[in-house]
Amino acid sequence: MDLSYKFLMELTQPRALIFAFVFVGALTWLCYQFSDKITRGRVHGSAVAIIVGLILAFVGGMLTHGKRGIADVPLFAGFALMGGAMLRDFCIISTAYGVRMEELKKAGIAGVLSLVVGTFVAFVVGVVIAYAFGYRGTVDLTTIGAGAVTFIVGPVTGSAIGASSDIIALSIAAGVVKSIAVMILTPLLAKPFGLTNPAAAMVYGGLMGTTSGTAAGLAATDARLVPYGALTATFYTGFGCLVCPSVCYIVMRMIFG
Amino acid sequence: MVIYGVMILGICMFVGTAIGLVLGKLLGIDGDIGGVGFSMLILVFLTNYLKQKGMMPKTTEQGILFWNAMYIPVVIAMASTQNVLAALNGGIVALLAGIVSVVVLFPLIRILSAWAGAATSTFGDEETVPAGAQPKKA
Repeated sequence: MDLSYKFLMELTQPRALIFAFVFVGALTWLCYQFSDKITRGRVHGSAVAIIVGLILAFVGGMLTHGKRGIADVPLFAGFALMGGAMLRDFCIISTAYGVRMEELKKAGIAGVLSLVVGTFVAFVVGVVIAYAFGYRGTVDLTTIGAGAVTFIVGPVTGSAIGASSDIIALSIAAGVVKSIAVMILTPLLAKPFGLTNPAAAMVYGGLMGTTSGTAAGLAATDARLVPYGALTATFYTGFGCLVCPSVCYIVMRMIFG
Repeated sequence: MVIYGVMILGICMFVGTAIGLVLGKLLGIDGDIGGVGFSMLILVFLTNYLKQKGMMPKTTEQGILFWNAMYIPVVIAMASTQNVLAALNGGIVALLAGIVSVVVLFPLIRILSAWAGAATSTFGDEETVPAGAQPKKA
């Protein structure tokens, strides 16, 4: 047992990325079979695969108590590179190839507006919920509100305005929940809420923001929506980092002192 | 050559991210603002220009399309590396803040996208749906 584990590690560790390719390939095949045979195509294969991915991330967290899901299990270390920001962003950019320029122009202003609306609504929701659960400090409320924007805006805002580490951790958790909620809810809610065309995808990207959430949510809904949604979503975190520690914090101080 | 396509993609990434980083520095943020978005816009304009000039042969295109096709597998790997445990351990405040902020925004999609011209919005490829874009069986 010990020997075969050692051999397995000797085989896979220097080829961690390739192992991730093989594993994700096999996983994808299984999930598309499941989608086809069991759900009769009602649940998209990539939606199944993403949910299985999240379950793997949970298992990884349980086994190692690390922060990077399954990638903290040595055998799956290649997942950190394959699913990391570098390759993710490279692939997102590549989806813009073949995008229709007239669609971008037409929905451009609505996309910017949705960015502003999406950021402030998420912030307010975060603040209201934190307030409802007894948080009263302006810094605490602002940081949790920023966490509801994205899991990057939360800690950026928190450290800028001097929040304590447990509040920053809470804001990160809120952002990660949001990202996962976007991944899971998007394929379910897309049709009834009109997310079926490029213009709606650009609005959606601006409203939801979280790059990882929208990336996975759109992939699981209709791959053709990805470039339009991703385009606006990628401005969201930057915009949030800009306004949360400044405008939002100033307004919060005027309200809560 | 396939590498030309990969190179074009990489150039777009570096130029776009550089714009995002400079914008971030100008606005006093440690990070980039919309670097990926700028990269995407540059790719759209650059490849359109190159196509018009007849400088985008099939093989160059393949260097871009490969990464396009790797998008979903990469996203699956990304999902597997999320800190799901922390999300669940964040307690009820984190769960509610995260979920409610998403649910509240969904109804706004229809309102804002009507204004964005959703009624006339198309992919422009309705006849030729790419493989994997839609489930095979209805």
